[in-house]
Parts: sequence; structure tokens; C-alpha cells
Amino acid sequence: MKQFDVIVIGGGHAGSEAAHAAARMGVNTALVTMKLEGIGVMSCNPAIGGLGKGHLVREIDALDGVMGRVADAAGIQFRLLNRRKGPAVQGPRTQADRQVYQREMQSIMENTPRLSIIVGEVTDFLMQGDRVAGVVLGDGTEIAAKSVILTTGTFLRGVIHIGDTSYSGGRMGDKASSKLAERIDSFGLPLGRLKTGTPPRLDGRTIAWDQLSVQEADDEPVLFSFMSKAPALRQVACGITHTNAKTHDIIRENLERSAMYGGHIDGVGPRYCPSIEDKIVRFADKDSHQIFLEPEGLEDHTVYPNGISTSLPQDVQEDYVHSIAGLEQAKIIQPGYAIEYDYVDPRALNADLSLCDIPGLYLAGQINGTTGYEEAAAQGLVSGLNAARMAQGGDVVHFRRNTSYIGVMIDDLTTRGVTEPYRMFTSRAEFRLSLRADNADQRLTEFGVDLGCVGNARRMSYQTKKEKLENGRALLSGSSYTPKEIAATGIRINQDGTRRTAFQLLAFPDVVFNDVKRLDAALEEMEPEIQEQLSRDALYANYIQRQQQDVEKLRKDEKHAIPSDFSYADVTGLSAELTGKLEKVRPSDLAQAGRIDGMTPAGLALILGRIRFLEKKTA
Amino acid sequence: MDTIFALATAQGRAGVAVIRISGSEAFEVAQVLCGALPGGRAPALRHLRSAGGVVLDHALILKFDGPASFTGEDTVEFHLHGSVAVVAAVLQTLGAGTARMAEPGEFTRRALENNKMDLAQVEGLADLIEAETEAQRQQALRGMSGDLSNRIEEWRSKLIRAAALIEATIDFADEDVPVDVTPEVRDLLGQVRRDVAEQLKGFSAAERIRTGFEVAIVGPPNAGKSTLLNALARREAAITSQIAGTTRDVIEVRMDIAGLPVTLLDTAGLRDGQDEIEAQGIERAIARARDADLRIFLQEPGTSLPISPLDGDIILAPKADERSDDAAAVSGKTGQGIAKLVSDLEMQLLQRTAAAGLITHERHRQAMSQSLSNLDAAMDRVESGPALYDIAAEEIRTAVRSLEVVVGRVDVENLLDEIFASFCLGK
Repeated sequence: MKQFDVIVIGGGHAGSEAAHAAARMGVNTALVTMKLEGIGVMSCNPAIGGLGKGHLVREIDALDGVMGRVADAAGIQFRLLNRRKGPAVQGPRTQADRQVYQREMQSIMENTPRLSIIVGEVTDFLMQGDRVAGVVLGDGTEIAAKSVILTTGTFLRGVIHIGDTSYSGGRMGDKASSKLAERIDSFGLPLGRLKTGTPPRLDGRTIAWDQLSVQEADDEPVLFSFMSKAPALRQVACGITHTNAKTHDIIRENLERSAMYGGHIDGVGPRYCPSIEDKIVRFADKDSHQIFLEPEGLEDHTVYPNGISTSLPQDVQEDYVHSIAGLEQAKIIQPGYAIEYDYVDPRALNADLSLCDIPGLYLAGQINGTTGYEEAAAQGLVSGLNAARMAQGGDVVHFRRNTSYIGVMIDDLTTRGVTEPYRMFTSRAEFRLSLRADNADQRLTEFGVDLGCVGNARRMSYQTKKEKLENGRALLSGSSYTPKEIAATGIRINQDGTRRTAFQLLAFPDVVFNDVKRLDAALEEMEPEIQEQLSRDALYANYIQRQQQDVEKLRKDEKHAIPSDFSYADVTGLSAELTGKLEKVRPSDLAQAGRIDGMTPAGLALILGRIRFLEKKTA
Repeated sequence: MDTIFALATAQGRAGVAVIRISGSEAFEVAQVLCGALPGGRAPALRHLRSAGGVVLDHALILKFDGPASFTGEDTVEFHLHGSVAVVAAVLQTLGAGTARMAEPGEFTRRALENNKMDLAQVEGLADLIEAETEAQRQQALRGMSGDLSNRIEEWRSKLIRAAALIEATIDFADEDVPVDVTPEVRDLLGQVRRDVAEQLKGFSAAERIRTGFEVAIVGPPNAGKSTLLNALARREAAITSQIAGTTRDVIEVRMDIAGLPVTLLDTAGLRDGQDEIEAQGIERAIARARDADLRIFLQEPGTSLPISPLDGDIILAPKADERSDDAAAVSGKTGQGIAKLVSDLEMQLLQRTAAAGLITHERHRQAMSQSLSNLDAAMDRVESGPALYDIAAEEIRTAVRSLEVVVGRVDVENLLDEIFASFCLGK
């Protein structure tokens, strides 16, 4: 029997990142996919990044993951969102050439040492008692592994709806993995049902582009990977059009025929990505909604009309699309559809994304109730690193809320669970001012080097950058100036007698690097990239210092580990409701317990008291 | 969860004593003593018996089904005859069963734990139990009934709305959201800022109602200060004599003026001290008088003292009974002018309490001042436009968290111990 350290099932965004991470960690890894072309497929809109999501991609990249590099290679419209707002909330995004993305990802996977790609359908797990110890393929082949990562997206009982027609399947054209689903059923995991939707795909050659306004790519593209320098592909524009009264009438008249409104769907959809039917019902006073017409590639005529996802029947889709300016003649290549699927309540997972009750099995991606390529990839990374660590006999790799968006997501999922498909937002991160896309490498690359998942090229490149940053910071903080000296350079400042360093001056929103250069000629020498980075650090320095106190408090609570066999029923004074929630989540420390919905300070005090009591007893 | 019991009324002889039992087994525990329980909230008389079947008392039994009880749990109350021996016997019998004696504050802790009260309400309850005067009672009741909690909830939801508006422009920048939300955010922050500032202004008055006002009587020796104190207190609290310098230390008398708790201070007569002890007494007198909320000066018109009256202080000439001039004067000896003095005092104190707000504890004040300074910073950032929205959002987040501290959503581990430690057993 073949034997691997880690087997990853599924080659989507979670699976690719998981397999690559495990291989980078130095363990023998297999990626099992139903077909080779399934690797790196973008099943929804052809774009990577955005707000919160761009942060995740940068963090994946800082740990030497693949998503950022591949997106840079396939990007055809780079835009930095929130360019006019503070750097903490700026998010890189790009439209991606779907084919190039897929090709690039496939090629990286195929050329990764210690990573084998196996084409086949996993129909069952090999079990060793309670433990998952490998997989069984459709042809009966058995492959053993120390750990298995399942990244099957919407394949668990996926049902596609177009109007009142529905059929079982994952993505359009893929068959759903129902045998595996049966096996997973036998584990008795807590499952829930979600739905998501896509818009009809249009033939770009039938769109009247000349009638539409356009959105261009940025003049100065901001890429994802800290290793990339410039876009690889030509940059293109997106078109912008709007729905109108006629569109809304057509949809309103046919609401009953929508799978969603016709009562065919039970799954909960995302509030932030409503179908066009939802938009028209819920925001009845709005007479127009914006649509972005996003090209799916340079050589591909397919256009993704972002903003009109639907589960209406095909003929209604034709009608409403044709009612929209510029789309009067548009040909639908593939109708929009809604998909319902099972997800595993992520509160059944540990912080390393392994299942609490099934040793050896990790889950990553949409199966955990998330949505989005970036969220999937980030979970892939976490599961890949941890599955490899387990195979190597190492400790769990923890991502924390105060050091990464990845940590925020993992904690949100495993502590609070989901009520709708989970998507990252910057507002989920309470330490947002320090968790920036621009400093992901400074937050995570050294951590990755220590773990062993960062290659030489990146390690050295980061080392150089770090030295430059340290020298630059020393230069900026080395000398302080009187208000008089500062005013002499043209910077407006209170004559309050306080001496300030150039770094402190950069914390004022109206002071830019060029202003402080006049204080010290040596600052002229600093590279522009380093100048920018240090300016961003300086801007938030006061707030980060303040947040540091919260971080300390968090750390203090994280130090109170809750034993895995802790019995909440034995905590005197804890309400039945809280006891139930705690038993479900099984927090690993007091900080995580505190984040459970409805948790009270008194409850925490009781738990802490019990932990101390048990410690004393064993001491 | 354990079932707990305790004496809910004061220790010692009384007309009635109440023992409260709370917890999942409260009904079973009570039945051991009183047999079948009456229906919920329907009082009934029962004989309480010890394990040996000896009748302990004839008691009124009240049964509350959780969650509709003080603690939110099943609860039974025994209303006993207030005899020390009866109470001891019943507690002993209860103690021999499965329930245990409650720790101090444990009933309230459970009420808090079961979301029957929040922290501000718990503090209000503690104040109510401690209340000695009418104004204290009214203020504590406002705290316990959740007036402050309701206001905080209202501010909190406004701030969350403001934060949500800002977050929408940040997290949905590439979608159909308004780009400039400044007007509504400014409005929301401004409203909360105004309210919080107003409550903070009323803090010192409210705190005075809770902890009491200090009124010092000052004047030269032998002006009749101690006699006046005794007259106001209606008892011989201070030693009086013809000898100048009789009062050496500061003498305090607690009293109730217009429903407000007042501590009246009698101080040493102000003169060049004759000996070291008196000199120290005088120094102390000046210090205490200066810190007091209000001073009554007993001095001859036209003379001056080492401490001068502040706005609102009452200045009277001493020994009204011995005077022939028409100066406003008072005499503790005959009571002349006392009624007028008391009404002046009442007016002064009531004026000061008129502004009393809902925040009554230093803890509230600290949290709300913090919130206020965050709101100021947030408003400042919002005015600078979207470029500083991320920082404005951070300030609003901190402001909300500071407000939440008052009702105890976060940050209260240490505080809990303090609050519960100040509770009497079984309240």
C-alpha cells in the first residue's frame, strides 16, 4: 500500500494551498483530485483579493503560500481598494484570467517537490479504530496517511437550482461526491445547510461596450506577493452598467419561479452577496443596482456580470439581462444558478482545523461554512501546516487574533460558528490597525521561517528588507527636534516645547515623508519602498501602542489553558445555557471562552476559579 | 448547580426573619422541612420540622418558579418568627441536607449570571440596601431598575450605528454604498457625546447623595460651634464648656437633612494654638473644613479667619441670644435662628443635588470619561473625512467598550469580587 504523511482531498483553493503548505513543511504529500483540470478552478467570479480578503492573500504569501503568486501571474486588472482611506483598510484586488490562473496553479502543484498528484475519486476513508488513516479510491486503491485533509467545498450533498429545476452536483458539470458524504454522515458530525449563487455568464462579443462606462485598472498596480514586482499580463478595464425599472418589473413578476422564492431552497445565503431577487425584494425602494461586467480572461470572451446572481429560470434570466443597458443583445453562455450544500459546523474543529472527535482528519474551505477563494486558501494553509506538523510529531501551529486575519477567521469559525457563509471583512479584526496588508510579511514571515514553511529565496529577501526597515526606523527615531527646528522646515506644529522625532512627526496625518526629509539629509537616501512602509507604521504607532494593552490582556487570558477534559458541568454557578455552549465549542483557553456568544464575566470568573482549584489539587 | 440557602434579613431579634433557598433542588430541600409546597407565588402557612420531626416554627412559605424569581432559579422563602433560636434551628436543619450555606453575595451573583440584572443594577441594589435617606433610596432605585443600563444601551446602539456606517464605507468600498457618511455619523456621535458629558457633570452630586455631604462648622473659639452642632443633632454629641479650645479633634455627626445624608463636622476654634495638641487640632480643622462640601461660619461681622467662605457657604454671627445688633445670627443654646439655618442648608444641598445624574460610582465616572475622550477624538477624525475613517472607527470601538464596562459586559473580573465582597450574606 502506498503511504504518505499527508493526503489532501480536493484541488480547489483550500486543497492546493493545503497540499503545497504540507509539502513545503517537508513531508510527503498527495493531492487527490477528481480531475487534473480541477486544480485552481475559479468556480465563481474571476477575481482574487478585496477588503479583508486581500489581507488574507498577503498573509498566505508571507508564509510562502501560492495564492498570491498565482494571482499576480494571472491578474488582468489590479486595483487597490480604499486607496484614499488609511493603509490599514486598503485591500489589493485583481481580476484574474481564469485559464491562466488554473494553468499557473496546476504547474506549480505539479512541480512542487514531495507533492504527488493523484487523479481519482475518494470514496471512503481508511479507518484505524476512530482514527482516519488514509483514503480509498473509486477503483479500490487504498492509500495510507498520517493525516487526511478534506477540502471538498460544496460537494457534500450539493444541489443546483435553476428556477424549479434542480439536480445534484457540485459546480456546474461536476458530479457530487455522495459516497464520501455517506461516510462522513456516519461520523455524526454537526451539519448545516447553506446556499450561494452565481450570475449568468455572458458572451463579451455580444455586449455593447461602447455604451458603457468603464473602470480601469490602477496606474500603479499593487500586487499580492511580496516577491512580485510587476503584473505579468496586459491590464484591462471592467464595464459598468445598472439594472433599471424594467429589469426590476421582470424579476418581480417572476419571483415565484425563482428557486429561492418558490420555496425550493432551505439553505441560508450570505447577506453581503444577495441574489438579484433578494436585492429587489429587500431594497424595494432602490430603482437601480450597479453591475460590474468582469472579463474572465484575455483570450476568453466570457464575461462575469457581478451583481446579478440568480436562481430564476433560464428564460427569465434572458429577459432581465436583455432589459439592461448594453446587454440588449447579450448572449448567455451559461445560466446563473443557486447551489445548496452541507457544511460542517466549524465549532466541531480545533484551532488547527482538525476535527475534535475524529483524529487524523482535517477540514478546510467551504465545507467549514466559509465562502470565497481567499478564505478557503487561508484555511488550506492552516490545515496543511498543521497536518504536516502532526506527521512530524510537532506542536499545533496557532494563528492568533492579534497577529493575523487568518487567526481572526480560525477563531471566529471555531468559537462562534457560522450563520451564513462566512466571509472576511476588515471590521472583524479588532486589531485592524496593526493587521495591515502592507505589513503581513513583518507579522508572519519570520514565524514561517521558524516553522519551516518559508523557502530560501523569500527568507533572504525578507531578511534584507527587515534590515533596511530597522535601519530606517533607527534613523527616524534617532534624533529629536524642537518645535522651532521643525517649524523651520515648513511643517506646521504647536509650539508646545515638546521635542519630537521624525517618526513621531509622521504620526500626524498631514505630515508626509518628504516633509521630514528636510530635518535630516540622511533620510534622502532611504529607498521609496522603505519610506512608505515606515510612514504607514508611524501613522498608527500611537494606536498600536494603545492596542498593545488589549493584546497583553488577551495574552494573559490565553495563558489560562482549559484542560481538554475540563467538565463544565462541575463548575458551580454556571447556567445551563452557557454550559451547553461551552461543551459545544470546548475553548482551549480563557480568552477563547470569553468570545463565546452570551459569555458573561461572572461565568469566566467561575471557570477561572475552577481551573485554579484543579491546578491546586494536582500540584 | 448547588442549591444554596441563607438568612435574607438582618441577624438578631426581629418580628420576622426570612430564609431564602435557591437552586435546582430548592423545592426538594424546602419540602424536607415544610412538607408539600404551596403553588407558585401563593403564600401558605406550614409547620417547619427538623429531621427528627420536632416542630421548629410555624412559617409562611413562598414559592417562586424559576426563571421568574430574583435569582432566576427555583426559589423558596421561609418567613419565620424573628427569633435567634428559631433561625439557628432552621439553618442547622437546612445545613444537614443537600443544600449549602450561600457565600456572601451569592444570590445576587446568580441573578447576574442568569441575566436577571446587569452590573449597574447590582450596584444599584447594593446602594438600595445601604440607603439610609430618601434621596439615597430614590437614586439607588433608579440604578437598580436599570435607568443607567437603559441609557447606556441607547448610547451603545447609536455608537454601533455610527461605527456600522463607517465600516460600510470601508468594507464595501467597491459596492453601492454612500461614500460620505459624515453627516449622520457626526450627528450620532454628537448626541451621545452631549448625553455622556451631561451625566458626567451630574456625577459629583449623585456621588454625594450616595456617600453623603460634609458640612463643617468653623469659627473662632467659644463661638458656640459645638453647642450649634448638638442643637442640630438634637443630642449631646460634642462636649461644650465655657473654656475656649474645648474641641480639639473633629467631631462628626451623621444626620438627615431634606432626605440627604449629611455629616456635620464640629471643628476646633480657629486661633493661634495654645499648645501643640490644640495647634494640631486647628490645622486639622482647617483641612477638613476646606474639603467639606459646605461650611457654616460662626464669626463676628468684620472679622476674618484663616479660611474664607466659598460661594454658597453660610455665614452667621454667633450667640444670637446675647446680641443686640441686627446681624443674621444663630444660637445653639436657645434655638434662635436654627430653623432658618436648617432651611438655608436644605436649600443649598438641594441646589447641589438638582443636577444629579444617573452615574453614582467612581467606576462609572472613569469609564464614561474615557468614553467621552474617545468620542471627542472620533469626532475630530470623522471631520477629516474618509482618509481617517479607520482611526475614527477604532476610537468609536474603544468608546463603546468603555461604556460596556459600566454594565459589566467586559473587563470586570476584578470588579466582580469587589462588588460581591460589599454584599451582606443572602441579599
